[in-house]
Amino acid sequence: MGGESVIAVEGDTVGEVLLRLTTTYPGIKGQLLNDDGTLHRFLNVYVNDDDVRYLGGVQASIANNDEITLLPAVAGGAW
Amino acid sequence: MTRYASVLELIGSTPVVDVSALSPKANVAIWAKLEGRNPAGSVKDRVALSLVEAAERDGRLIPGQGGQTLIEPSSGNTGIALALVCRLRGYHLKVVLPTNVSPERRQLLEVFGAEIIDSPGNEGSNGAVRLAQALSAENPEWVFLYQYANPANPLAHYNSTAPEIVADVPEITHFVAGLGTSGTLMGVGRFLKEKLPHVQVWAVEPPSGEIVDGLRSLDDGYVPPIFIDNNGEELLDRKIIVRPRESIEWTRRLSELGLFVGISSGAAMAGAVKCARTIPDDETATIVVIIADDGWKYLSTGAWSDDIDEVVERARTTIYF
Repeated sequence: MGGESVIAVEGDTVGEVLLRLTTTYPGIKGQLLNDDGTLHRFLNVYVNDDDVRYLGGVQASIANNDEITLLPAVAGGAW
Repeated sequence: MTRYASVLELIGSTPVVDVSALSPKANVAIWAKLEGRNPAGSVKDRVALSLVEAAERDGRLIPGQGGQTLIEPSSGNTGIALALVCRLRGYHLKVVLPTNVSPERRQLLEVFGAEIIDSPGNEGSNGAVRLAQALSAENPEWVFLYQYANPANPLAHYNSTAPEIVADVPEITHFVAGLGTSGTLMGVGRFLKEKLPHVQVWAVEPPSGEIVDGLRSLDDGYVPPIFIDNNGEELLDRKIIVRPRESIEWTRRLSELGLFVGISSGAAMAGAVKCARTIPDDETATIVVIIADDGWKYLSTGAWSDDIDEVVERARTTIYF
């Protein structure tokens, strides 16, 4: 994002953080969230090690210093 | 039984071994199911046989006639397993393989007579899937079994892997496996939720997005159709990410117990350990983790012997999984 791979963003939920990110980097909005505020289907969002889809999605709460990782969905066939 | 008429009869019935010595908690047992014991060396033997037999049942493949060609994208193990099955059944196999997989995988494909079609390394597995789809469309006479969308993939695990687990470890409380095509998790997961609904199903995912620089846009993303068809989001209880360093570390830790396993199995074991850490001290739990393959195909990565920082750095450009 703008050449940076790690940035600090504030928010109480994953959704808040992603929205704040899109105000800083408006170009990525369609890459992160659907129009209804849900996660883009090809985007995996992890809080620390956990995929947030299994923790409540964009409503998942986050704490100070939690690390959020955004990764595209990838086909892995070798498992 | 120790006499078999065909190598294909050696597929499945893999052992489980107690790896609780690596559990972070005394109240949590961990059992490893050793899929490297399959004849072509991985859990994918079950899938390859299931895919081919399903196609033979529905008439897309006719065994013994010769001349039929199959095409499949694979970053390794499915291709190798399909190559074995195709050789014994008399089919010609073309495998679409990213250029940056470990060299042992290419050699194993050649051992069993498969033809390799290179796909761009920087596009990873997604690029191999796209190229196989395109080639299949251009050559409609080729049979494209498409493990990512074929119900025979999860069915292999529903019919064999899962019943074996329940028979050998009936006290199972948690199941942990790598995600990949999602075939193992969808098949075993569905069986467990039907028979033992209290069992938690955990997926482990390596962060391949970090190393696949061909993924410039999410439009290049991919969710396997079998994951969607099996309501994967509802079937899974948790999905966690395991980093390359943890994967290598736990691959090495397993060798302390005499287990020489592939790097994705180190990732799965790291996931099992994270799962164990979530169990409260006053509860007991039994985790079964899938060890997808052995370490032979990864020796050239130096994963066991080289400086771990160098191995992790190499993991950014080579597909280890």
